[in-house]
Amino acid sequence: MTAESEPLVQVHHLKKYFPITRGIIIQHHIGDIKAVDDVSFDIYKGETLGLVGETGCGKTTVGRTMLRLYEPTDGQVIFDGVDLAALRRDEMRRMRRRMQMIFQDPYASLNPRMTVGNIIAEPLEVHGVAHGKEKRERVQELLRLVGLNPYFVNRYPHEFSGGQRQRIGIARALALNPDLIICDEPISSLDVSIQAQVVNLLEDLQDRLGLTYLFIAHDLSMVRHISDRMAVMYLGKIVELADRNEIYLNPLHPYTQALMSAVPVPDPVVEEKRQRIILKGEIPSPANPPEGCNFNTRCPVAIDTCFEVEPEFIEVQEGHFCACHLVKGQ
Amino acid sequence: MAESASERRRREEEAQFAERGVSLWQDAWRRLLRNRMAVAGLLFIGFLVFCFITADFLPPYSYREADYENTRIGPRWPDHIFGTDKLGRDVFSRVWWGTRVSLTVAVVGSLTALVIGVTYGAISGYLGGRIDNLMMRFVDVMYGFPTLLFIILIMVVLPSETAIQGMINIFIAIGVVGWMGMARLVRGQFLSLREKEFVLAARMVGAGPARIISRHLLPNSLGPAIVSLTLGIPSLILTEAVLSFIGLGVPPPYPSWGQMVSEGWRGLRATPHLTVFPGLAISLTMLAFNFLGDGLRDALDPTMRGTALVRAARRKKRRARRAARRAAAKAA
Repeated sequence: MTAESEPLVQVHHLKKYFPITRGIIIQHHIGDIKAVDDVSFDIYKGETLGLVGETGCGKTTVGRTMLRLYEPTDGQVIFDGVDLAALRRDEMRRMRRRMQMIFQDPYASLNPRMTVGNIIAEPLEVHGVAHGKEKRERVQELLRLVGLNPYFVNRYPHEFSGGQRQRIGIARALALNPDLIICDEPISSLDVSIQAQVVNLLEDLQDRLGLTYLFIAHDLSMVRHISDRMAVMYLGKIVELADRNEIYLNPLHPYTQALMSAVPVPDPVVEEKRQRIILKGEIPSPANPPEGCNFNTRCPVAIDTCFEVEPEFIEVQEGHFCACHLVKGQ
Repeated sequence: MAESASERRRREEEAQFAERGVSLWQDAWRRLLRNRMAVAGLLFIGFLVFCFITADFLPPYSYREADYENTRIGPRWPDHIFGTDKLGRDVFSRVWWGTRVSLTVAVVGSLTALVIGVTYGAISGYLGGRIDNLMMRFVDVMYGFPTLLFIILIMVVLPSETAIQGMINIFIAIGVVGWMGMARLVRGQFLSLREKEFVLAARMVGAGPARIISRHLLPNSLGPAIVSLTLGIPSLILTEAVLSFIGLGVPPPYPSWGQMVSEGWRGLRATPHLTVFPGLAISLTMLAFNFLGDGLRDALDPTMRGTALVRAARRKKRRARRAARRAAAKAA
């Protein structure tokens, strides 16, 4: 389904280092936190790319750096033929109409002092696309689109539940008719029953509006449900990327294998036989990643090469990318 | 029939549409009105404002009108209810007039804190990084000066040929030292708000700095700023009183509470009314502003936002009380 269509976004060797400085007035640069370290992937038009990984591995930073909420340290983000990383500020401002973001915490992502109508109208005002009556109508239309009562325009965010607030956030993201929406853990802070509603809403909107999603999450089953393809991140790098079923049934990277082994199966017979691969140790600090392969400190099958040479992220099977020395031979 | 039904529905929908949500400000205002001490403070401040306005024509005497026949008399009904001072000036009228000085100090001090402090803190907090560092070090240096010494220095340097000029000098001096706390507060608010997701969302949309500051950062840091402003007013009033007490304040014959206390305290045993009444005015004013500030803090505190829960608990308590009363009535 995705192989024929062309990529909407191509991320090439994206890096985001946060400098660590010391000193009160004159600041010395003493190191970097490598939040995103050389990440490359494509997102095709109309697909959902899932991005999973444990807390602190740089998933959110990838999303925010792609949209220039953080200035990338290095690399390219080619959106529909234009390199976002090289755009000037005002050019980027114009491009923002085409890409939006849905945030994780629906309690923090809506300004408590603004009415729902003003929150949703903000993108329209900033880009001057609608005024007066037209703007009001567009806001109501958006509210209806996300399944909220259009009469809520004069209410304030604190009068809504978490799920409703997330819908308001989605309406805001849709206001400018974007092509790409980065969903930064949009369901992680919601109740399970509400999670399903929001995911269904996102899927429904994708069908109706032809949206492309980058879906960041740590809930594996939810990501499998919504994604077409899936990327697994570990310590600032993508270790494996493949079709969602492929990555579930045939994970190649030892980290992915461990991750997938942790997913419970809703079938007692299969669940009985499920073997969990328990990883030892903690995730190393991104300020001081290990030499060679990032994962070598915890990898159950690491060989000598893993401690010396960094594995390349290569296509090992058609559409299946992996960064592991042991997989290379296959 | 069908038409009227649809029409009715449309009317209902329009009615629903007119329904406005309760903003956090309105919510805070309601909560403030439920706080008795805060309302008392607010009423007293209202009373002070009334005194301020009417100080020129309502008091029985002028603040400078001397009656050499009746000097240093104690409170006497009905002509000198607070007594008179050594020149026979009516203390009641002078205390009344003194609200002018105190309230002006409060307003001027708050305004400078608001204008200079908020602007300075906003710039520092929004820009962050090295500029923030430099700006805050400057505030630290300013903070390092002993306030009183600094004010005295300013008062000495500024020319004060006429009485009015002297009074303006006090306001300038108090304004100059009053803005640092506000700058720090607003800067801290901005630093923490800047990383909030709703600000990221605004940046994501492409909003510029002006919009982000005015629509997102300022409205959200105004609550704590108002609280600190209100709670800072007593110390402003006290500073003026202290200055007047040590003779650097409002030049005579203009009365200020601090100056009156300073003139009266030497004769505290013989003529206590000269100290007690202006002292009482200072204390009550400070208390009123403190109560209001406390009430505002409680009302604006975001952690109190779970009012639905609080309200439910109160309702439950009320219901229990009613049930107990009914049971008691039945038993009787």
